[in-house]
Order: sequence, then structure tokens, then C-alpha cells
Amino acid sequence: MEKVVEVVDVSMNYHTLEGETQAIRKLNLYITNGEFVSIVGPSGCGKSTLLSLISGIIMPTSGKILVNGKKVDGPSPSVGYMLQKDHLFEWRTIIKNITIGLEIQGKLNKENQEFVEKLLNEYGLYEFRNYYPKQLSGGMRQRVALIRTLATKPDILLLDEPFSALDYQTKIAISEEVWLILKKEKKTAILVTHDLAEAISMSDRIIVLTKRPAEIKSIHQIKLTCDYKTPITCREAPEFRVYFNTIWRELDVHV
Amino acid sequence: MSMYDNMEKDYVSEGYKKYLISHKRFKSAIRVSRIVILILIFVLWEFAANNEWIDPFIMSQPSKILYTLTSMAKDGSLFIHTGVTVYETLVGFVIGTLLGSLIAIALWWSDFLASVLDPYLVVLNALPKTALGPIILVWIGGTTKSIIVMALLFSIVVTIINVFTAFRNCDEDKIKLLKTFGATKKQILQKVVLPSGVTTIISTLKINVGLSLVGVIVGEFLVSKAGLGYLIIYGGQVFKMDLVMTSVLILAIVAAVLYLSVLWIEKKVLKMM
Ligand SMILES: Nc1ncnc2c1ncn2[C@@H]1O[C@H](COP(=O)(O)OP(=O)(O)O)[C@@H](O)[C@H]1O
Ligand SMILES: [Mg+2]
Repeated sequence: MEKVVEVVDVSMNYHTLEGETQAIRKLNLYITNGEFVSIVGPSGCGKSTLLSLISGIIMPTSGKILVNGKKVDGPSPSVGYMLQKDHLFEWRTIIKNITIGLEIQGKLNKENQEFVEKLLNEYGLYEFRNYYPKQLSGGMRQRVALIRTLATKPDILLLDEPFSALDYQTKIAISEEVWLILKKEKKTAILVTHDLAEAISMSDRIIVLTKRPAEIKSIHQIKLTCDYKTPITCREAPEFRVYFNTIWRELDVHV
Repeated sequence: MSMYDNMEKDYVSEGYKKYLISHKRFKSAIRVSRIVILILIFVLWEFAANNEWIDPFIMSQPSKILYTLTSMAKDGSLFIHTGVTVYETLVGFVIGTLLGSLIAIALWWSDFLASVLDPYLVVLNALPKTALGPIILVWIGGTTKSIIVMALLFSIVVTIINVFTAFRNCDEDKIKLLKTFGATKKQILQKVVLPSGVTTIISTLKINVGLSLVGVIVGEFLVSKAGLGYLIIYGGQVFKMDLVMTSVLILAIVAAVLYLSVLWIEKKVLKMM
């Protein structure tokens, strides 16, 4: 399999007047094309930092990151980033929110606009395109946020706890939906989450990080026996609990 | 606004109707009381002056104010002086708001500049701007320009501080979102910092229009050529209390109209967003 993301010996130190924080230490990992990988680890261990590094909005202190074989030296259109909250702009309509990435990249041409309309149609947002964000429910807004990320046609999606602000039912439904969309659009995805069940049900592989500074603790290839593999059906698989317990023990949560 | 609103509009229960009616009654009681108080004050004032409970030469009285008002309207001086004051206020207000917002943008752009200027802004904000009046008068001269500069001085510092604070409070994650698309600093300013600061800019307008009017009156006191401020100071000097009271009354109306206009603009703009 072709490696689309490679993290090579990456360390990241934050400097503030209070001191130096080492968020990531000598991290090595790779993601292959079309893979769905989840990253779990204690809170504050450096997961968001890792995604920011891959997206190119911050630079590592040492080491390098390759995306599609090229060294990352700034934000690239081939990487899309979905944050925890939807961050829709209240003063823009849904369609205007979705096209903001294209607007910034100067690619708001006819072809891309048609692509956006196609996405809107396919994912049930077309009739809401002239609504304002506050008129939409939480799950719907998160769907808009996903379409906004897809609009610039990235092949790799970074998802930083994108469902954690939603209530339980919505979260299950929307994570199922996002997973189906990402599979259909054949995207590579890296999901950061603190919800183990979510990680197991959605991923091909789970990377467990140690507490800060983040290093790799373990990697689990997820193989679940279920007929039509989607996150919801996967939760019924007999192996689900086994993975859950193993990883839970590795996370070593103390309250 | 929401898609459900229409469903509920058709049916109104008895209890809700009663609630609406009592609410309406309460509102009109307030309105009537306000007018009654105003009339009472004027009637009492007139009555007291006529019976010499108070000295009409010092306190003036409504009938004389009305007389002054009509004669000023007849010779046109009413409109000239009011017009001058309103014009100066509006020019000072618009320039103060625009310039203040521009400076706030510059401060947002450069952390260095913002940190360097911070203590100056704090002191300028605390300084009573009236104290600068004589300096402005000497530097610029006794013209309309001086008055407009006064109006501007009164509103600009507050504008800079409020708008800059709003810019700085712009959600970091929204900025991060734009950065993931590769946004430049200018794009971040245009697409998120400015639009999310608009509400604050608009709410500073309400403060600014009042402050500009204060600046204009102070300026007119000093320059003494035209305007309501000039009438008040002139009337005081020659002991024409009718003129002073009339001018203050007009000033009160001008202030109210300016404030309400800004309020109206604010509503319109917020609705558009
Ligand atoms: N901009 C920053 N400046 C300084 N320290 C930071 C910054 N961002 C994150 N950190 C620190 O780096 C560590 C990792 O943060 P983060 O990557 O957000 O963790 P996670 O997403 O795993 O919860 C934390 O200790 C956090 O306080
Ligand atoms: Mg995080």
C-alpha cells in the first residue's frame, strides 16, 4: 500500500514564557492510501498538535512530515481539517460557509461550484443552502462542516474530535454518516477521538499514544467480523469488546 | 426565522390573548406616564414663574421658551445653529468611527504596535478630552475644523479600544480553520476578524454619537461662532436665560434624534447580517 502520510522522527516543542512544553517526541508513523486511522491517547498528550503538524499550520521542531511523498512546509489543498466544533460563520449562509475554503484558495470557479452543488444534493443539504447556520441542528451543522472540508477536494482528512460536542444519539448517527461519506469519496482519514467505541467502530487501525510528550504506545489493526461493515453494525461484532478492553487498559486511565 | 414558526401562528389560546392584552396595557400606561410627567413639569414651571415662586429672569419659563423658539424659527437662526451642530457632530462621528476602526485594524495587524501603544491608549482614554480644547484652538484656529477635531478626539480613543478588543477576542479556532485552507493574514482579517467584529463596531456607534456631540458642544463653547453650544455660552454671558434654555431644549431633541437614528441603523444592519 502506498504511504500518503509519513511522520518521520518528529518532535514538537512549544515555547511560552512559562516554559518549554514538549508535546511530541521522536514520533514515527505512516498512513496508507484509503485507510481510516484513529489516534487515541490521554488528553493533553499532543494529538491536536500532531494533526496541526500534518496540516502544515505549524512546523515541527525537528523531524519531517511527508504528505503524498512531499515535505510539508505549509497548508496544502490535499489535506482537509475538521475541527471539534463546526465553526460555521453565523453571518454566512450554508452555501457561503461551504465555499469559504475555495474562496480563500481562489478556486471559486464554475467547475468547483458545480462540485459543491453535487455534494449538497448528495448529502441532503441542497434545500438548506440559503439558510443560516443558527437555523440548523447540531448534527446538520457538523455535516455542513464536513462538506466544507470536502469542497476543496482534499484526499486526506484530519478529524479532531469532530463529534465530541454532539449528544449521544446524534453522535452515533453522524459518525456513521461521515464514515459512509468518507468511504464513498475514497478519502484517507485520521480521526482523533477520546471515544474508544467510536474509534474501534470506525477505524482500520488505531494508534495509541502515551501521555505527553506523545510517543507511540501501541498500534492495533482492527478486524471485526460483520457482514456489511459500517460503524453501527461493527459495534455488534464479537471482537469489539476485546479491542475495547485491551485498549482501555493501555490508556491506563486514573480518575 | 426557523421553519417551525409558521405552524404556531394560526392558533392563539385564550390565556395567551389575555397575556398579550395585559402586556399592551402595561406598555401604553408607561407611554402615557412619560408624556404626563413632561407636561406636568412644563405646566408647573410656567405656573411657578407666573406666580413668582421662582425668578423667571434666572429660570426662564416655557411660554418664553416657546416665544424664543418661534422667533428663532421665523428668522431662520434656529435651523442655522441646529444645522451647524448636527453637521459638525456627524462629520466628527463618521471620521472618528472610521479612523478609530482603521487604527484598531493596524493594532490587530501588528502585535508590536499594539503593545507599544497600549499605555498611550490607556492614558488618552482616561484623560478628560476637554483639557485639550484650548490646545486644539491654538493649533488649528477658531474654525469649524477645530470643533470637528474635538468631536473626533472624544470618540476615537473609545472606538480604538472597543474595536481592537473585539478583534482580539475573535475565536482562535475560527482563525485556525481559515489557516487550514491556507488563508493569508489579509484574508483572515477580511473573512473572519472584521465580520465577527461588526456587531461591536455597530454598538460603539451608539456611544460615539453621544461622545461626538459632547465634543462639538465643548468645541463651540471655545470657538464661539455658531451652533447650539455657541448659543448657550452666548446666552449665558449676556444673561438671556430664555435663549440658553431654548438651546438646551433643542440640544436635548438633537441628541435624542441622533441616538435614535443610530439605533435604527444598527437594527437595519444587524438584520441584513
Ligand atoms: N499553542 C500552544 N502553546 C503552548 N503550548 C501548547 C500550545 N498548544 C498546545 N500546547 C500544549 O501542548 C500539549 C499538547 O496539546 P494538544 O496537542 O492540544 O493535546 P491533545 O489534543 O492531545 O489534548 C498540552 O500540554 C498543551 O498545553
Ligand atoms: Mg485536542
